[in-house]
Amino acid sequence: MSFMPVLLWTDLLLFALIGACLVYARHAARHAHLAAPWLRVRASPTGMAAATVLLAFLGIGVLDSLHFRAALEAKPGSAAPPRYAVEVRSVLDLLAEAVLGRMAGKSEKTYSAPLATHGYARENVEKKLADGRVVQVREHPRLVAGGAHLADPARDRAADVALHAGRGVALGFVIWLALALALLAAAAARRGGGLGDAWRAAWQGAGATPWRAILLTLLVLCVAGGLIATLGSRYHLLGTDKVGQDVLYQALKSVRTALVIGTLTTLVMLPLGVLLGIAAGYFGGWIDDLIQYLYTTLNSIPGVLLIAAAVLMMQVTIDANPDWFSTAAERADFRLLALCFILGMMSWTGLCRLMRGETLKLRELEYVQAARAFGVSRLAIIVRHILPNVMHLVIISAVMDFSGMVLTEAVLSYVGVGVDPSMSSFGSMINAARLEMSREPMVWWSLAAAFVFMLSLVLAANLFADTVRDAFDPRLSSAGRRRGRAAGEAA
Amino acid sequence: MTAYLIRRLAYAILILIGVNLITFWLFFKVNTPDDIARLQLGAKRVTPDAIAKWKAERGYDKPLVYNAAAQGMARFTDTIYFEKSVAMFMLDFGRADDGRDIWYEIRSRAGPSLAVQVPVFVVGLGLNISLALLLALFRATRFDFATQVFLVAMMSISSLFFIIAGQYVFSKLWHLVPISGYGGGPDAIRFLALPVAIGVFASLGGATRLYRTIFIEEMGRDYVRTARAKGMSELAVLFRHVLKNGMIPILTGVVVVIPGLFIGSLVTESFFGIPGLGSYTIEAIQAQDFGVVRSMVFIGSVLYIIGLIATDISYTLVDPRVRLES
Repeated sequence: MSFMPVLLWTDLLLFALIGACLVYARHAARHAHLAAPWLRVRASPTGMAAATVLLAFLGIGVLDSLHFRAALEAKPGSAAPPRYAVEVRSVLDLLAEAVLGRMAGKSEKTYSAPLATHGYARENVEKKLADGRVVQVREHPRLVAGGAHLADPARDRAADVALHAGRGVALGFVIWLALALALLAAAAARRGGGLGDAWRAAWQGAGATPWRAILLTLLVLCVAGGLIATLGSRYHLLGTDKVGQDVLYQALKSVRTALVIGTLTTLVMLPLGVLLGIAAGYFGGWIDDLIQYLYTTLNSIPGVLLIAAAVLMMQVTIDANPDWFSTAAERADFRLLALCFILGMMSWTGLCRLMRGETLKLRELEYVQAARAFGVSRLAIIVRHILPNVMHLVIISAVMDFSGMVLTEAVLSYVGVGVDPSMSSFGSMINAARLEMSREPMVWWSLAAAFVFMLSLVLAANLFADTVRDAFDPRLSSAGRRRGRAAGEAA
Repeated sequence: MTAYLIRRLAYAILILIGVNLITFWLFFKVNTPDDIARLQLGAKRVTPDAIAKWKAERGYDKPLVYNAAAQGMARFTDTIYFEKSVAMFMLDFGRADDGRDIWYEIRSRAGPSLAVQVPVFVVGLGLNISLALLLALFRATRFDFATQVFLVAMMSISSLFFIIAGQYVFSKLWHLVPISGYGGGPDAIRFLALPVAIGVFASLGGATRLYRTIFIEEMGRDYVRTARAKGMSELAVLFRHVLKNGMIPILTGVVVVIPGLFIGSLVTESFFGIPGLGSYTIEAIQAQDFGVVRSMVFIGSVLYIIGLIATDISYTLVDPRVRLES
């Protein structure tokens, strides 16, 4: 099958960001003073467990960022150049189709509960009676895809679900075992030593890396993956939504949206906050006045309102220029990018103030004074002396802001100024589910799915951010910890 | 002090002009009134006449910032920017798209917003400080650790879930309070209990952890060690010294949000159907009523600036070392 790769703007920036992180990691690994705080992060079991979950989400997000347009079947013998489908798909879609089979995408008519074989709403169904008459009855219709392999759902469903759940857990365990052995073997090879020793050390919690926490987290992830593979390909594991879309698939697709908002916003925010903050702190005078005025003004406008206003205005622009985009995906992507940009423009002020204060302090230190006395240019002083000494604050605020952005997206989508309606996101899942609150019985599964996915992503991000802050904050490191311990002992 | 306040007020006006410029740029320059007219009239009814009529009704039928046709000062005053800005500084916000007076709406909706926000603020602050003190007292114990885990989990849950779960459990399952709505008088308590409780609950995570850090930092200071060395009990140290000094950063950080309580909470108010400013704003956003959104942006920033000035004054009140001088 031939295809045309599609590089959306957010894909490009996401990959660029990942690339930049890798370059930084290589750079940091070579310099002991840069690597030291990261080694402290590596030593934290909570932090590494959180990082494992985050990496799993990142994997889903990256797979969902490899976009392409499949080629349409050409007439045999025609020499015309191949034509491509309008629909932009991603590698994750292909993978979901391969693993989930018919469950992926829109396979039912409307709501159905998790693991159900029958629809949620009653419908008129024609039924043939024993004597050959056809009557209309209102009952829950059989689902098209969910549990379609069962001959008699009422009798077989429970046993079938249990069987496949068991298989799923077993499959997950096998995959986990393979992964764990591979990881430990790689670690043992690097340090030198046998696999058996590495395995024992991992469970006893010895060594620099908390392998036990990592492997246990991995086990949970693998079992979840195994369940998705076995149960998810036979039933709608998390039910279907109003238009019959599989909720699990939707939740998986929402991961990318959340990741893009969390990371690309930082990409806009960091340069603005860092550059303006350092400039204000270092140069002082009218530059300082101007920048302070700028961020006080921006700060004074209630955040959600300004974002809402900017998004509304952007929507008018998009509607007025339909010819900018060749596919619906490009339009949705542009809206997502613009949302990140707007969020970034609104949230650099906190970082800027922090940078300004820190630079004001650094500017008066002896080594900066000395550099100035030696006639080092101002730009060189900033790049060589100021910037490296505020980097820890930049890293802390970048990781701390991620989870906040993911939560903000949900609220914005609720207000109606979030991502494009055609793009799945946790916010739009919650918003759609909210309207079904009053139904009897309640349609709870979309909400539950969004809750579980969001909680695991944001909780992992928060725990990781806490670890990073503890590792990087010099106030908390040597002196702070000693003082804290002293206070604890005194009590 | 007076000179300082005058300077702050002058600065405040400068900031408001900046806010005004930003909103003007957003609402009139990025998309001209013609674009907005087209959007609001809908595709079918767009004719040059209809657009001209729409603009004339709202006073948008003038040049944006510079009127070349006019004479003298009128070149700058007979423009959309000048007229709309002057009106806004006079608190004359004009009419919403449904024809109602915006300023009247804002005044009548501030009450319900405050009825939710003030209890959330007061109870939330009290609860957060008490819990943080408790954690500081039992720091580095299992209780501290478990509560911290709980708080991080609370921080990771979107407030939307708290609201939905609260409505489901307390209103739908147990029928304790109505799902949504608002009433005056003693009836209001029934409507307000749930939104206030959820607001307090949702605020627990971040604030308590911050206050705990502040208190623990305060506990490591020299004067606390001196007090302990003199034989004061840990509880006396906590309440007489740590609480008092820890309140300085807490209070000054909190004062800035007090005026903002007027604005209300967008999400809470729209979920619970409380006719406050938050739901007014959200309705305006969803109906794309730009006049209302612009007015709310302006009022929001006025309140923020009042909060900033109040913060400066509160510094001098709680910390005698700080003096405001010009």
